[in-house]
Amino acid sequence: MSDIVPPEVRPKPVVPAKPPHVGAPSPSNPFPPQGLGAGTGGSGPPPPSAIPVMIGSHGVSHAPSHTSSHVGANHGVGNSVGGHGGVGALPQGAGPQGSTDGGTLLGYIGIDTIIEQMRKKTMKTGFDFNIMVVGHSGLGKSTLLNTLFKSQVSRRSAGWARDEKIPKTVEIKAVSHFIEEGGVKMKLTVVDTPGFGDQINNDNCWEPIGKYINEQYEKFLKEEVNITRKKRIPDTRVHCCLYFISPTGHSLRQLDLEFMKHLSHSVNIIPIIAKADTMTIEERLDFKQRVRKELEMGGVEYYPQKEFDEDMEDKSDNDKIREAMPLAVVGSDKEYQVNGKRVLGRKTAWGVVEVENPNHCEFAQLRDFLIRSHLQDLKEVTHNIHYETYRAKRLHGNGGLHPVAANDTQESNL
Amino acid sequence: MTHFRPWNLLEKEYVGFATLPNQVHRKSVKKGFDFTLLVAGESGLGKSTLVNSLFLTDLHKDRKLLNAEERISQTVEITKHTVDIEEKGVKLKLTIVDTPGFGDAVNNTECWRTIEGYIDHQFEQYFRDESGLNRKNIQDNRVHCCLYFIPPFGHGLRPVDIEFMKALQEKVNVVPLISKADCLTPGEIKKLKERLREEIDKYGIKIYQFPDCDSDEDEEFKQKDKELKESTPFAVIGSNAVVEVKGQRVRGRLYPWGIVEVENQAHCDFVKLRTMLIRTHMNDLKEVTCDVHYENFRAQCIQTMTSKVNAENRVESPIPLFPMPTPDADTEKLIKMKDEELRRMQQMLQKMQQQMHEQDL
Repeated sequence: MSDIVPPEVRPKPVVPAKPPHVGAPSPSNPFPPQGLGAGTGGSGPPPPSAIPVMIGSHGVSHAPSHTSSHVGANHGVGNSVGGHGGVGALPQGAGPQGSTDGGTLLGYIGIDTIIEQMRKKTMKTGFDFNIMVVGHSGLGKSTLLNTLFKSQVSRRSAGWARDEKIPKTVEIKAVSHFIEEGGVKMKLTVVDTPGFGDQINNDNCWEPIGKYINEQYEKFLKEEVNITRKKRIPDTRVHCCLYFISPTGHSLRQLDLEFMKHLSHSVNIIPIIAKADTMTIEERLDFKQRVRKELEMGGVEYYPQKEFDEDMEDKSDNDKIREAMPLAVVGSDKEYQVNGKRVLGRKTAWGVVEVENPNHCEFAQLRDFLIRSHLQDLKEVTHNIHYETYRAKRLHGNGGLHPVAANDTQESNL
Repeated sequence: MTHFRPWNLLEKEYVGFATLPNQVHRKSVKKGFDFTLLVAGESGLGKSTLVNSLFLTDLHKDRKLLNAEERISQTVEITKHTVDIEEKGVKLKLTIVDTPGFGDAVNNTECWRTIEGYIDHQFEQYFRDESGLNRKNIQDNRVHCCLYFIPPFGHGLRPVDIEFMKALQEKVNVVPLISKADCLTPGEIKKLKERLREEIDKYGIKIYQFPDCDSDEDEEFKQKDKELKESTPFAVIGSNAVVEVKGQRVRGRLYPWGIVEVENQAHCDFVKLRTMLIRTHMNDLKEVTCDVHYENFRAQCIQTMTSKVNAENRVESPIPLFPMPTPDADTEKLIKMKDEELRRMQQMLQKMQQQMHEQDL
């Protein structure tokens, strides 16, 4: 789609550590937390020398060097922040020395407390996350979101009637909620797309969605190129798009393939198999294999994209995830008693489908992947890659995008 | 067969035609029955699996499933499978008509036209055969019943469902089903059924109605009939696999959280569907097809034909020097009848000629 390769100069902002008490690794976490290498003194991560950037305010034009985004602190382990006290493998802001040369430091400087400082700042400012759900009506999108974020976040709960008629064209409805956990505030925006794929003639029904995504990029771009910019640009760009595949058991439908082909280059698409309690385990595996093959043949790069893996660690983690995708999920907001425990599930005449049981469905895996390990990465890829692609296209003279309407209220350099 | 002895007044006056049903029964058992079933719905809703479960066959063993790329250029096709089944001496020639490609494209406008065309074609063929010369061995390929599969994922009827059923309601007995019902909890099934019934009423869709049972049937039968009627549309599950439950081997689906038994009434309405389709209402379905749908078609056909013939006649007649008196209604009818007869006789002649020609060869 884009002939212009996103410029390599763009740095990835340094990722602050997650607060230690949020998200202790769940037993079902298949992605083993990555040791930072802290304390082992072995080959640690390459020396970061970037000026730390606040999450949520994506200030541009910063330190040119590259940081490994998976500093490891994000991977669900309560990393002890600050005060390692040891000499080995500390992120050294000092000169361009090799990464393993811990022995040259005499005494403890305290550079590693930067992580703690960033954490404090983040907790104060909070961060945004925008997630979009796309799929036919009735595939359980709202229920899944409620289950993921353990609260009533779907548009259903915001007052829209559940049984309203299928809209004639695809509509875009965005609802925002503030969620707080462990002192960290998150502004979660859920973008729903009722009417997608429900009509008899669904030609180009992905266009309103593509337009919405580009509009958000446009908004951000306008703010960015302002002469007097806001300190923290509000980020309404879609960070993640969950695409719900209907569990037919055969293969992808044409509409699914068309949608993903058209939009996989503007937004991170995570395909999931909805209502997975329709299929037995063998059917599920068969179906997944077929879907993966079809996506490959169609040239669809779903998140996590292979081309953005930075190092072997990333690659092996992401490979594991890619092998398991699309994840087969079941959502539910009702609780039942199973073996003395209260679990979220669906009760049928032949048993209870437990949502968080990894033998039943892959919801827990999706939640860990989406929220506990790759939340920040989703935002980064959106900012550094998708947004940059859009920006480059626009700055090269409207290569195929909508022309910008002249805006009186802003002075722009465009 | 007892003899007629009018002179003996002590014996009961028994003519003996009460054995007619037995004679009919014997004859028809020898001849065998046929039944044509059309299954329609998007791919992946379990149509083939359900048909296999219903008739305990494996009709689609070597089916090749196309992937999305291959299916882009596919249009709706009609495929037929015929199977001869025999049970207790009664032979059934079962034809399953499948409609792969229905509703699978991005743009599904009028995807039911192919199916409509097929049904009409069968009617046409039967009509021609019936008016033909040799009527002894007419092949009845008319579609007796159409099972329409509604996906369980939606919140009711979708636009394509409404359009399909409305297009076919006058041509075939439409029986809507909720497919893959094992992904719904009992509460959800109930809600969905209510919703569907409401919407079917609202849009005026004429689905197949069960006939009321006779008043002289016993209470149990009436009760069963009532239950049957109240649980439409049926929520069904099909399975090609056999699993072991409590020491018994049954058709079912094995999940990590439990086993779904296809023939368990508490799990799904499969048994009800099978009872209705095969055990109690098969003949009624055939009758309604013959008496109602086929007759509608035939009447329409004849009407269009006669109006065409009339139009042709008027064009051919020379311009009268003075206006001809318009014939009154009776003579019009007479003319029409005569035209029809003429045409039929012409057709018969043609057929005779053809047969003679073939014999000569």
